[in-house]
Amino acid sequence: MPADRAIEVRDLVKTYPGDVRALAGISFAVPAGTVFGLLGPNGAGKSTTVKILTTLTRADSGTATVAGIDVGRQPNRVRRAIGCVFQKAAVDLEATGRENLVLQGRLYGLHGGGLRARADELLGRFGLAEAADRITRTYSGGMQRKLDVAMGLVHRPRVLFLDEPTTGLDPEARAEMWTEINRLSTAEGLTVLLTTHYLDEADRLADRLAIVDRGGIVAEGTPEELKSELRGDAIVVELAADLAATAPATATAAGGGAGAAAGGGAGGAAGGAALERVRGTLAGLNGSLRELTLDGRTLRARVDSGASAVPAVLAALDAGGIPVASATVARPSLDDVYLRYAGRAFSAANAEEPR
Amino acid sequence: MTQTYENAPRTAAARVSAGTSLAAFLLDGSHFVGRQVRALLRQPAFLVITLVQPVIWLLLFGQLFKRVSEIPGFATGSYVAFLTPGIVVMTALFSSGWAGMGFIIDMERGVLNRFLVTPAPRGSLIAGNLGYLALTSVIQSLIIIGLGLATGARFPGGPGSLAALIGCAVLLAAAFGSFSNALALLLRSQESVISVAQLLVLPLSFLSSSLMPENLLPGWIHGVARFNPVNWAVVAGRETLHQDVDWGIVASRASWLLLLALACGWLSTRAFRAYQRSV
Repeated sequence: MPADRAIEVRDLVKTYPGDVRALAGISFAVPAGTVFGLLGPNGAGKSTTVKILTTLTRADSGTATVAGIDVGRQPNRVRRAIGCVFQKAAVDLEATGRENLVLQGRLYGLHGGGLRARADELLGRFGLAEAADRITRTYSGGMQRKLDVAMGLVHRPRVLFLDEPTTGLDPEARAEMWTEINRLSTAEGLTVLLTTHYLDEADRLADRLAIVDRGGIVAEGTPEELKSELRGDAIVVELAADLAATAPATATAAGGGAGAAAGGGAGGAAGGAALERVRGTLAGLNGSLRELTLDGRTLRARVDSGASAVPAVLAALDAGGIPVASATVARPSLDDVYLRYAGRAFSAANAEEPR
Repeated sequence: MTQTYENAPRTAAARVSAGTSLAAFLLDGSHFVGRQVRALLRQPAFLVITLVQPVIWLLLFGQLFKRVSEIPGFATGSYVAFLTPGIVVMTALFSSGWAGMGFIIDMERGVLNRFLVTPAPRGSLIAGNLGYLALTSVIQSLIIIGLGLATGARFPGGPGSLAALIGCAVLLAAAFGSFSNALALLLRSQESVISVAQLLVLPLSFLSSSLMPENLLPGWIHGVARFNPVNWAVVAGRETLHQDVDWGIVASRASWLLLLALACGWLSTRAFRAYQRSV
């Protein structure tokens, strides 16, 4: 394995009891000293990936190495090399901030003056010095989260796992956390694996990111690369009626394949036929509309300039006899990135898998 | 020859590794005990609350049924003296039924997962929990024995037999505590752990000679009691009341309790693995 790969994941598969397939063969590699983001909705498999890489649970098949060590074969060596911050702040509420840090350090074999100094250093760095000897039950959510990250760093890990580190934080606490994560990777050369379902967070922090959906990776690259494929605005037009439901059964077969490939339609030939009808209606605007999809009554497309395209689209639909209920224009959002790569809306994916 | 030579350093290395892992086990176990002791010292009221019940048993129940000792066939002169070992054992049983709650709270807070990704041996988490349980059981036992002495109970068996009583109470607590831990790791809800504990604790207490001598128990209860671990601890503990302690009885009951504690301890480590598979 190349020495500059801090994390290497190959074909991880994990199924939970009750036949819930969390990972369907996920693979990626993280160069040492970089921040890598796993972006996706709840239930996509991000947390499961982190749990396997941090030795909390085992994969059914596939291999993974962290800091060059196999997580399945030598979990204990991996544990010494990594720091973990899980989704929920894992802080002992009956202990003070300092006691939490010191116990954590002891479990990694630190002791004496070295441990005391390290605890003081981290408490200072995370702005917790004043609250250090208070019971953490009295801490705010942001303070607990900071202590949580400090605990993950107490033994100076080489690789840090951050599972949705800013979920549930207020904007101010989130900005502070971003600054700290940036500092860790740039000033300390730490490798960071970050999971998030916020596009802005992945954009701001990650050197590279992978979009995860249904237990696999659907796209990977730098945030710039991924966004450059999403140039322009999204326009969303809500039709007054579901065309697929009212389409004649003998719809033309000309573009069935294209309709199916666009995905998310009301299903089968009717959905494809409906999309073809819209496509035909908007033929006059061809060239300016990209990634045209129809999902039930929702028509989406990408254009260079939403403000000038919307009137033309509305006029064309009106002329084609397709009544419209509403139309909106939006800058590229997580929903769009997600829709582009996973073939369905982020909000729909989030609702569908409750894990 | 070469084979033996080559093997030598490997065996030595294995021994060192086994030695360090035992040291790590004990050290980390003590860290986990320390964590719970610290939490208890912050809320000493909790220790007082757990003593309310045994005090009621000993003082009120002991007074209410004072004349039980006049029943023909009742060998001990004082009912409070007779009752004390029974209450020591029952209290250890009651406390251990709550042992799994610590795991549930840590699980809900995410603290358990955080511990599981440290190099601390898994077993040290269970050992820490049981070590704390043993510690609190010893303190509670000493307080109850002191209370018994203050209300007139005497233990002719001497300090050795009292130590055996406390030892048996601790073994029973370790066994039942491990069982509670296993339930916590498998069922993962406070309600289920409490309800199973409540369901078992009182019947196990009443199907023993905790409150009534064996020779006065109805035949069927006497029969059931022979297989009841609570009764093993009570029978061993009641040797404190005899001038001539029958150490054979103490040793046999203590070893049965030890075997049970080991079996339950094994069960709880299995439950730990099941928890990690589904986490």
